[in-house]
Amino acid sequence: MLKFILRRILETIPVLLCVAAMTFFMCRLAPGGPFDEDKQVTAEVRELLNKQFNLDQPLHKQFIQYITHLPTLQSFKYPNRTVGEIISQKFPVSAKLGFFSMCIALGLGILFGVIASLRPNTYIDYVPSSLAMIGICLPTFVMGPLLMLVFSLKLGWFPATGWGGFSGDQFFASDMVLPSVTLGFFYAAYISRLTRGGMLDILTQDYIRTAKAKGASGLRVILKHSLRGGLLPVISFMGPAVAGLIAGSFVIETIFAIPGLGQDFVKSAFNRDYTLVLGVVMFYATLIIFLNLIVDILQVTLNPKLKFD
Amino acid sequence: MWEFLRHINKAGTTIILTTHYLEEAEYLCRHIGIIDHGRLIENTSMRSLLAKLQVETFVLDLAQPLQNIPPELHHVARLIDERTLEITLNSPTPYFLSLLNHYTWFPVHIATVAKHDGLTRRGSGWTKPENFVSNGAFRLKSWRLGRKIIVEKNHDYWDAETTKLDEIHFYPIELETTQENAFRGGQLHNIYSLHIDKIATYKKEHPDELRIKPHLASYFYRFNVTKKPCDDVRVRKALAMAIDRGSITKNVTKGEQMPALFFTPPGVAGYTARARIEENVEKARQLLAEAGYPDGKGFPSLELLYNTTEGHRIIAEAIQQMWKKNLNINITLENQEWKVYLDRQREMDYQVSRAGWTGDYPDPNTFLDMWTSWSQQNQTGWARDDYDALIRKAAVTQDPEARLELFQQAEEILMDELPILPIYIYTRVYALNPAVKNWHANVLDHHPWKYVDLEVKAAQ
Repeated sequence: MLKFILRRILETIPVLLCVAAMTFFMCRLAPGGPFDEDKQVTAEVRELLNKQFNLDQPLHKQFIQYITHLPTLQSFKYPNRTVGEIISQKFPVSAKLGFFSMCIALGLGILFGVIASLRPNTYIDYVPSSLAMIGICLPTFVMGPLLMLVFSLKLGWFPATGWGGFSGDQFFASDMVLPSVTLGFFYAAYISRLTRGGMLDILTQDYIRTAKAKGASGLRVILKHSLRGGLLPVISFMGPAVAGLIAGSFVIETIFAIPGLGQDFVKSAFNRDYTLVLGVVMFYATLIIFLNLIVDILQVTLNPKLKFD
Repeated sequence: MWEFLRHINKAGTTIILTTHYLEEAEYLCRHIGIIDHGRLIENTSMRSLLAKLQVETFVLDLAQPLQNIPPELHHVARLIDERTLEITLNSPTPYFLSLLNHYTWFPVHIATVAKHDGLTRRGSGWTKPENFVSNGAFRLKSWRLGRKIIVEKNHDYWDAETTKLDEIHFYPIELETTQENAFRGGQLHNIYSLHIDKIATYKKEHPDELRIKPHLASYFYRFNVTKKPCDDVRVRKALAMAIDRGSITKNVTKGEQMPALFFTPPGVAGYTARARIEENVEKARQLLAEAGYPDGKGFPSLELLYNTTEGHRIIAEAIQQMWKKNLNINITLENQEWKVYLDRQREMDYQVSRAGWTGDYPDPNTFLDMWTSWSQQNQTGWARDDYDALIRKAAVTQDPEARLELFQQAEEILMDELPILPIYIYTRVYALNPAVKNWHANVLDHHPWKYVDLEVKAAQ
């Protein structure tokens, strides 16, 4: 297993380099630059700025500087912060939002999926399955404002925006509920569909019939015998999903005004913030690769048919 | 209140008004006396006092003592004593005092700036909250990216006893709908702008919270005069004549904006342009025919560039329809994200492009010097020697009326040549909680925070 992990880590290096090169050069090909504003700067000022930010150097030199010093480079848009500072300030917010949403997604998704799979094609299946379809079809930018309208403006249960209470530092605050639920519901819908499909496959297997025949209780059949296999599709889905969740959701963060990293993922590209774009993309890429590795390990552990090679 | 005073004054009552606010005096009074430490130092008509201020040397009383001025400023500024600064200008600049109000003139703590990478480096460390030194009524308490900026009362401020609030929190909320939800939910007392769709609702349900105020800004389109078909002044005129600005402000933008038949927002420092674009469809058709496109036949493809924003799109669509209906020409709309749009405008890679301009100070110069040949902001390819000469001359003209007359002539040239197509004069549309006191709207959107107060209601 160690050999497997080591080999996978070595494999990531060229992947990350490719991602870095593509991001860097695509940014530079895009028209417009970080210092374009509606009030134009004079040629002298532009030259000085280019010099300060090393934009006057040949591209390959800049690229090497970018990949070797990325965390300590100045952001173009927030020049008094470095890329590392921005990511380390904002990522914990996104990660927390992702964590809460994931708990909701897994809890609801697996529960609904299992219930639906037990009595396929009956009302017990139709109700959670159609709820899941609604969840998938309703995009977060509809669901979010809708929840906000009902639960903060009409009922006044939760604040409409914010993160971490008035001080912004509370570990848990009521303003975290709506965004987590909005994001969690969306993923719960997918997970319940995947769980239902996976469970239906497993529940018709011979070994389940054997388990039932030897008199195992219904709950035991589900928890011990079926879930382990039934959740395999969910686990492969969770790799990229978790990365997506904890790296932040641009839509949710914008709607609820949450100070997370997800907004920078999109906005840094619009701002032509060359250093921050690269920083966020590399961070996200590393996260996905790492989480996929964990998923692979989990799958081998759960599925005895697979081996580490 | 002001209008009320004006009204009874007009009805023939003499009013003696004492005020601390010079804007108020300037707005209301015809005769003015200024008292300093119990001594009457000025007793004259408002007009002659204003004329007197058009000088080349300004002596400023400083609220806080100043030890020295940097050597690179020695040729323009001189310390008479540690509380009196004398500034000598190249030419009389009537808007000089309001220029000092622009944020580029805000004082900084030189020692702190020097300690953290100096003045010329962008993003040097002195702007970080832990290093930042402020001499204003409030000082920076916390600024974490993406979160609210918190400022607290500065007890060392020279006029700290005037300051009402202990803290102000500024929230960086991008979406107008989210801003509005936070306002409705009671999280915010003031929001920067209100979404178009909400204006009618607020007029009906929350008129006490809705504010629609004039703003020193112009919404217009640039023509690229180096490209066909807008290189022909007749085409530009036809396009400018064939749109119904009143219908746009009434049905599209809905924020009581003023249809603009000229470029400079009216009433700026006593200046309202006398040039007018004539909205006349018949004439527009005729001009288009003269330019070689009778009834729009043979009109080249024309693309209107705007930056991707819902508000710009609906205006562009309205204008597209008006041109189709009135001139029988088809144009295409092209939206681009902000930076691409700016880049294409700078590289003159466009035919018609959406634009807006906010004045830096209340004077026609901030609108009209944009269209000189040397201006970075011109970006239309249009240049005229006589226009340049008028703007140059206005900059050195002492007599205020003669100076405004030069601007009038310049704007007449501009509205005759039309390198730009004015559409409307902006308003600021926003919501303000009535508990906020002493927040006064003004065209430059300057808000002296020390006066702003919050009325806290007793527990209900």
